[in-house]
Amino acid sequence: MKGDMGDAITFKIDGREVNARQGMTILEAAGEAGIEIPALCHHRKTRPYGACRICSVEAEKDGKVKVVASCGYPAEPGLVIRTRSPRIDRIRRAVLELVAPQAMLDGDFGGDLKKLADEYGADIHRFEAQLQVKSRRCILCGLCVRYCDEVVGAHAIGFVGRGIDRRVAFFPEKASKVCANCLGCFKICPTGKIGAEADGTYFGFTVDDFLAGRL
Amino acid sequence: MPTMVSSLEELESLRKDILSRRDHTRPIITVCAGTGCQTYGAADVYQAIVGEVKAQRLETKLEIKATGCHGFCEKGVVVVIHPEEICYVKVTAADAPELVGAAARKILVERLLYVDPVTGQKIAREPDIPFYKNQTRIVFGNNKRIDPKNIEDYVALGGYGALGKALRRMSPEQVLAEVKKADLRGRGGGGFPAGKKWEETRNAPGDIKYVIVNCDEGDPGAYMDRSLMEGNPHAVLEGLLIGAYAVGAREGFVYVRQEYPLACENLNVAIRQAHEHGFLGENILGSGFGFTVKVHRGAGAFVSGESSALMSAIEGKVGEPRMKYVHTAVSGIKGRPSNLNNVETWATVPLIIDKGADWFCSIGTEGSKGTKIFSLVGKVNNTGLVEIPMGMTLREIIYGIGGGIIKGKRFKGVQTGGPSGGILPEQCLDTPVGFDELAKLGSMMGSGGMVVMDEDTCMVDVARYFVNFLCEESCGKCIPCREGLRVLRQILTDICEGRGKPEDIDVIREIAEVMADASLCALGTTAANPVLTTLRYFGEEYEAHIRDKRCPARFCKSLTSYYIDPEKCTACLICLRNCPASAVVGDKGIVHWIDQEKCTKCGVCFEVCPDRFGAVVRISGEPVPPPPMPGTRVVRKHEG
Repeated sequence: MKGDMGDAITFKIDGREVNARQGMTILEAAGEAGIEIPALCHHRKTRPYGACRICSVEAEKDGKVKVVASCGYPAEPGLVIRTRSPRIDRIRRAVLELVAPQAMLDGDFGGDLKKLADEYGADIHRFEAQLQVKSRRCILCGLCVRYCDEVVGAHAIGFVGRGIDRRVAFFPEKASKVCANCLGCFKICPTGKIGAEADGTYFGFTVDDFLAGRL
Repeated sequence: MPTMVSSLEELESLRKDILSRRDHTRPIITVCAGTGCQTYGAADVYQAIVGEVKAQRLETKLEIKATGCHGFCEKGVVVVIHPEEICYVKVTAADAPELVGAAARKILVERLLYVDPVTGQKIAREPDIPFYKNQTRIVFGNNKRIDPKNIEDYVALGGYGALGKALRRMSPEQVLAEVKKADLRGRGGGGFPAGKKWEETRNAPGDIKYVIVNCDEGDPGAYMDRSLMEGNPHAVLEGLLIGAYAVGAREGFVYVRQEYPLACENLNVAIRQAHEHGFLGENILGSGFGFTVKVHRGAGAFVSGESSALMSAIEGKVGEPRMKYVHTAVSGIKGRPSNLNNVETWATVPLIIDKGADWFCSIGTEGSKGTKIFSLVGKVNNTGLVEIPMGMTLREIIYGIGGGIIKGKRFKGVQTGGPSGGILPEQCLDTPVGFDELAKLGSMMGSGGMVVMDEDTCMVDVARYFVNFLCEESCGKCIPCREGLRVLRQILTDICEGRGKPEDIDVIREIAEVMADASLCALGTTAANPVLTTLRYFGEEYEAHIRDKRCPARFCKSLTSYYIDPEKCTACLICLRNCPASAVVGDKGIVHWIDQEKCTKCGVCFEVCPDRFGAVVRISGEPVPPPPMPGTRVVRKHEG
């Protein structure tokens, strides 16, 4: 969407006047204005996806307030955006707490996730004991999948399964041909799972693992 | 050779021609060939009747027709003899000789008539059966008159007349205005005004636009769209054509659920016949308007019923919802304006064009016009598909049409709207059924599933059932829905199994709120509704599970024990022989008791113990009394 030099749009984020161009999302406009909105599944090279919901903000339009994902919501004239509020903070905290049991490494978050959890006061162990799930060190943000599809065009990694059984898996036939020379997803993975569990020639999680019930 | 129809006049003369070829004095034996009746053997019944008509040399005297679903599926195979509409229920192939003979002589086969369970009286005519009598079957009614594989049946009843009227007598704007005036709201779930959606697609920029039929019905217990598509596919096509004309689309798609093979078959036959008659293709009815339609068969995902997921699936991608801040009506399939409505909505359109918005608005309530088809299932006496005017109360539906609760048990709740809806208790029974009325109570109209529950249903378990359903049927894309459901399922399972904690309720509410606020699509934002409504209306059941470790419905296995009352046991050996775990101890003449260590709580003993003894009881929340002294003999009461 970037680079589309459309009409200028003015709207408000956290009380500040922000300029944007037609076709930009709130997240993009905020980024240009130097206003930070956290996001886990967003990357400037891939299309908006809307899976993590961490980038949720309050959008007020015609007197009505609703929660929207800023990575997909288009900038509109007159829009009033609030990036922080009790409602938004509660969503971000709950999302972090909910995804934690799946995403932790050795009982803790790493990197950006850790910083976010601290900022929003998320108790990442809240549902750990209750769910007793094996951590796959994956929040299913889909950045690897979309990077491979949209930027590389190799389709060597994808989603398998549905609902709570959704997983990310390599397709060995394709991965064995293209991955060693690319490693694009290694850098993009927010939890570092891919780099740790695959090396371009060996893949620790493939569609065969999923079909065999090992994922 | 099918007649190509290329003008309004030719359509009218085709209709007259069809009617003139038919002998109206001849009785027609119709066999319901909907999926429900097919499972009861409708194909065999049909063949037997055909064979019998031949054998009795009555080919010239009787006509036979396989029709769509009548709705009273519980009584299948349903056979109706026109024009008197004599209705026979639970017909088998063996009944064919008597049935055919009687039809030819215009007498009744008394033993096959429907017996009213309330009055005990036999009812001969289908419209007089209470199940049908209290319905208003304007959309669904033609199912029983039509052979869905024969376009002539549809045309004979005035079919494609509304299309002709729209194409030749009305401008697209006028058609749109009529649908808007009728305030037709989407029958698939949310109840969004169809006219508004059409207008959005019509006004959206772009030369190529699409119209889509959503036939991915998947709510547990619901099958209205299936029966419409199987029984009257031309009505859906005609509605779609009218919609395409109004919004300016020349191409359409029908997305049919993978599990609906008969709907696919009948739809494909209908499309072929519509092409042969010129109702599809170029220059339809000489109007210059052209339209084609493709059938897209689903691959078995519930979430694909969500509009953006469905459009992704049609594009050949995985059926996953995407953000719809720019509506699919503006940017849908391949980024082009795409108007999607469900089967029932489309099938209603020809009626509005034919009879006018004023007529349509005369039925229903202020906010919900027209009729709605529900699949009335669960613990009611009469189960099946019912079409009611909006505004009828839940009580009238459940007791008036459904005939009340099975075995005279107590009504406990009615689930409407599937996994996105809620469960409404007795105090809501006098609510008029409408989009806004149900939403106000925390439930929703949904696509029309209506599951009736009696006193033996545990509401915490029902909530768990729906959450579990969605754990498997969510796409798993966004975190609030996927992980929220995962945690909700665990909490509800814990409560059902006696591990619930008082603070669980607050956690449920918090997660439900975040799911409603932040999920990507409507599946996620509404996924907690079954939990929230059961908490709202049956909160004391949650409390009993958590605080007293008691299941009031005595359903949850972990909290329920089976016990044989030694005073009532007649030592008849029935439960002892049927127990799969050999947990029933006793002998002939010796009072039986259940070894609680061995008991797997399957409930077989409870089921098989004859009602007149009622010796097996379920206990929850209190200790099981100690067993009788080994070898206690039955004391038989002497009569007189």
